[in-house]
Amino acid sequence: MKARTLLRHFRESLKSLGRNGWMTFASVSAVTVTLLLVGVFVLIMMNLNKVAEDLENDVEMKVFVALETDDVSKKSIEKSINDLPEVESAVYSTKEQELADLVLDFGNELSLFEQSNPLFDVFYVKASNPQETGKVATEIAKIENIEKVEYGKGKIEKLFNFLNAGRNVGLILILALLFTAMFLISNTIRITIVARRREIEIMKLVGATNWFVRVPFILEGMWLGLLGSIIPIGLVAALYYNTLQFVQPKLSGELFQLLGFTPFIYQVGGLILLMGVFIGVWGSFMSIRKFLRV
Amino acid sequence: MIQMKNVYKKYPNGIVALNGLNVEIDQGEFVYVVGPSGAGKSTFIKMMYREERPTSGHMFVDGIDIATLKNKRVPMLRRQMGVVFQDFKLLPRLNVYENVAFALEVIEESPSRIRERVLDVLDMVGLKHKARMFPTELSGGEAQRISIARSIVNKPKVVIADEPTGNLDPETSWDIMNLFEQINATGTTILMATHNKEIVNTMRHRVIAIEGGLIVRDVDGGDYGYES
Repeated sequence: MKARTLLRHFRESLKSLGRNGWMTFASVSAVTVTLLLVGVFVLIMMNLNKVAEDLENDVEMKVFVALETDDVSKKSIEKSINDLPEVESAVYSTKEQELADLVLDFGNELSLFEQSNPLFDVFYVKASNPQETGKVATEIAKIENIEKVEYGKGKIEKLFNFLNAGRNVGLILILALLFTAMFLISNTIRITIVARRREIEIMKLVGATNWFVRVPFILEGMWLGLLGSIIPIGLVAALYYNTLQFVQPKLSGELFQLLGFTPFIYQVGGLILLMGVFIGVWGSFMSIRKFLRV
Repeated sequence: MIQMKNVYKKYPNGIVALNGLNVEIDQGEFVYVVGPSGAGKSTFIKMMYREERPTSGHMFVDGIDIATLKNKRVPMLRRQMGVVFQDFKLLPRLNVYENVAFALEVIEESPSRIRERVLDVLDMVGLKHKARMFPTELSGGEAQRISIARSIVNKPKVVIADEPTGNLDPETSWDIMNLFEQINATGTTILMATHNKEIVNTMRHRVIAIEGGLIVRDVDGGDYGYES
């Protein structure tokens, strides 16, 4: 295809947007509404995911080393723990350090215990996959000289189930929404094309190739998608900015945080733009197929 | 130019439109295709530009095998010919100049060449002064002249016309026919389906009559042969 022809296609596609003003408006509105919904869902989903990850990363086991364990055995315990493939990290903390932490948290009254420290030496262990914490805990408990392993048994299983369900539901909703959007846009563009059936017929009769006919419509679909993604991107960014302003101060010091405004909003914006263009182009492509059989 | 050998066409609904038709048309001929409605005239015409494909038989237009021509190559066939219809098929949103230029734009001619050719043919059909008007502002005869201009702008070897005077009053029809004569005089083959008895009987040319999917009469300088 010659550069001049491509230029012509661009000009034609833009002209056609103007000529079919109301159809353009209808298509762009449809794209706008659906992409806005999708955008909001993506915001919610990504943040839910972030919260889930934060919470997951916070899950750790406290492994209590039996009293009277000598240093050599402690070394071998550390090695055994680190040798487990599912273990990401194991941090040792002596009972003196433990007590110092307690004193820091609960005050000087506890320094009484410095005379005879009732605490255990501990390892803080994180599983590389937090969802397998329970399994790892069972394995560590089998190691010699381990008094006990503690983690939020029961509670974290519930948390994980909840988060997983949330992720799946969100994903299904986004997919369903995208599918609806594609269907809607494909239909709208089909109406645009039906209105220009005659033009396609004449183009074919004077010897235009299928691609020559197709390209302006595909470009038009692309413009519709692009135009339709502008408002959603702006609104989603504004919405998220304000939500962060409102929510972030209340979350300071919590275990989980929302995603920061940048670069997250660029990614979401880019995603919305891409989805707009994709559904526009795909919609045109699907709609024009049957009109090319002249 | 055009050869058809035992061309048979059966539509999916079971109707047999052409029933083993044979014909040969040479370069530069002027041929009327006549016959009652539903006799297979339209199918015959549509096959020339491969809107329909023969079910069986052999058919060549300018050396191109219509029966086996791939869809991808159909545009190449249509660039060798001009097509004129009863309803003009002009694009209402384009002005006269653009409508004619359109046929060259889609085959990616250079802009300077397009300009030259379009002004040439508009001059030939006598409507250069209306280049900036839109189809809705034209009379039927003018619209048909523009559509003829479009059909010959790419210098085709053959012009296919499907009842070009069907929507026009008698006087305008004569103007249009004179235009076709003029085009034919330059060596372009003309194949015209028509119901206009007066024209066929006055401007004598080869007449092919189709009935029941077969050629029942093929006479050089023949008459229309039906009551109109």
